Amino acid sequence: MATIEQSEKRAPWVLLSPALVTIALLLVVPLMFIVVYSFWLRTSVGGVEAAFSLANWQEALTDRFYRDILISTVRIAAITTILCAIIGYPVAYFVARARGVNRGFLLLLLMLPFWVSYIIRTMSWINILGVSGALNSLLLAIGVIDEPIQMLYNEVTVILGLVHFLLPFMILNTYVSLDGIDRALEDAANSLGANPMQTFWEVTLPLSVPGLAAGAVLCFVLGAGTYITPVILGGPTDAMFANLVFEAIITQLDWPLGAVLSLMLLVVLGAVVLTYNRFMGLGQIAKGIG
Amino acid sequence: MDDTKRYERLREKFGNGDIGRRKFLGLLGAAGAAYGVQMPFGNMAFAQDVSEVRFDGWGGVVSEAFREKAFDPYTAKTGIKVVDGTFGSGDEYLARVKTAQEGEYNIAHLSGVFDYARYHNLGFSSSLNTANIPNLDLVIPKLVDVFRAVSGDQLSCVPYDYGTTGLAYNRKYISDEEMKEQGARILLNEKYKGKIGGWSDWRTRIWYGALQTDQDPNNIQDMDAVWDAIRTHRDLALKYWGSGAELMSLLAEEEIYVTEGWSGRIYALQEQGHDIGYYDPPNGFGWQECMFVMKGSPMAAVEELLNFMLAPETSIAVAEAQNYPPALDPSKVDLGSKIPTLPAFDPTGTLDGLTFANPDYWNGNEAEWSKMFGRVQKGY
Repeated sequence: MATIEQSEKRAPWVLLSPALVTIALLLVVPLMFIVVYSFWLRTSVGGVEAAFSLANWQEALTDRFYRDILISTVRIAAITTILCAIIGYPVAYFVARARGVNRGFLLLLLMLPFWVSYIIRTMSWINILGVSGALNSLLLAIGVIDEPIQMLYNEVTVILGLVHFLLPFMILNTYVSLDGIDRALEDAANSLGANPMQTFWEVTLPLSVPGLAAGAVLCFVLGAGTYITPVILGGPTDAMFANLVFEAIITQLDWPLGAVLSLMLLVVLGAVVLTYNRFMGLGQIAKGIG
Repeated sequence: MDDTKRYERLREKFGNGDIGRRKFLGLLGAAGAAYGVQMPFGNMAFAQDVSEVRFDGWGGVVSEAFREKAFDPYTAKTGIKVVDGTFGSGDEYLARVKTAQEGEYNIAHLSGVFDYARYHNLGFSSSLNTANIPNLDLVIPKLVDVFRAVSGDQLSCVPYDYGTTGLAYNRKYISDEEMKEQGARILLNEKYKGKIGGWSDWRTRIWYGALQTDQDPNNIQDMDAVWDAIRTHRDLALKYWGSGAELMSLLAEEEIYVTEGWSGRIYALQEQGHDIGYYDPPNGFGWQECMFVMKGSPMAAVEELLNFMLAPETSIAVAEAQNYPPALDPSKVDLGSKIPTLPAFDPTGTLDGLTFANPDYWNGNEAEWSKMFGRVQKGY
């Protein structure tokens, strides 16, 4: 009897072991390497010297430069997330209420952007907003402006590029949540005298919050970790934290400092995910992207 | 006698008691080891049994010219395949090399003498037997000497081409006279605010900062003034570009009117019909590119490939494709009709008109300046 119980207890671990080994090898072990690197030092020629030094941590944690860029990154990611929620919710609602072939078609449209490279999608804004791009050409042609407007290469275009990239994640997560709401609850609210707006505010919206939150956490984490959007659509000073990591590792050959900066970003984003998990549970995200 | 027959005889001797069990197993093991080293896996252990050589460069038309003029004829003659890889920047490539096994990367098309010095200082340099590269005699001697000076007389590369990072400007908005009058300071002119560009490379920004503050880029005395010039440029600039394609797009689309730019890329824009001027200011940024051979490479095979790449027909084809003059000495080789028209071309072969970065000076300040530029670039 005891053997059967022990066997039953072991079974989940046996079944999970391939995944656990894979995660350990591909995630935990490399992460440990990064932790070790963070205590090493850069040599004068750009190599690394194995040592135990807190100098990189001290520099990253006390230097206002890194803190300011981190705050700026969090701010841009937060604005992007809010915009995605505002734009994405009505779209998700519309898709969730669509019926039959229309719903499948709309879901297909939502998936389409994933078939095109993120870099290509980001660069497409240059052809739209550039001095000789589609929008300026249109405005010039209809006489609204006399000379092209400079629209590219600032923080607004960085946020625009991020919203373009992240919106499908928000819509899909919110859609899953809205689709799972029992319509009988809305009917019950209506039968009890609530008008459509009250029904939405009192029933639909609260029940869809888990999906909205899952979309928000995905948008925030992906947005805060982005590197390519500010490079393509940003101006000289529109850098995000991932750009600092790239510069430390690739341009400055300072892998130890790059390791510290990577870990700092990981801790901030990890805190956001853990907070979400505390209140909502990570399972909701799995539903949205699964 | 085939291997099967040998094995049967050995087993028979063992069965007859002519040899002991230990000796029988020992001979079997030796036979296995001997067979193993002649298998494909064993071939990997033979350093000189080379089946392929890896080359990494900038891709595009240059890669095509190499493939047609050097790699394919080389493979036809030697049977050694050339694996052709690309990279986006020298910094990115160095990061790759640092994480690779010795011998994984062989030849790289690197920029500048300071890159050569960086690779050498990090222990990636090899030692070429120049007797195996007869076409090296056709190269401008000055280009070879600067590399020898870095690596203590040994040579880990062959020079391949050279160019400048000068000032590129849209003639519709900026005249040739205005450009010559203002020189590098045109990048700090308020009149062109929002229409100025610049390469996001710390060396180029500091070099031009030195020119804008009337200093010798290879001996800067007032670094604060240089940082201030870089800050002023940053605040006037629309965008720091990060690649040749982006540089060409920004100028061609008139997003910017003036920037510093790579001579070959600006020539390509002119060839496409864009009215873009190019001006090398006094002490403008001259540079050369080389074919660097990594430590651990199959040297004989690599030296033969380098000789193919340096052959005049290959060098000229690559130069015409990328619009940078080849390292070949014009006094020894007829470079055809297009190359003498390229910006930065020196018909004398002395290169006395170009200022190159002093690798000791620039690499000695790399750690501090690259980090500081990262901050200044972001508004500090």
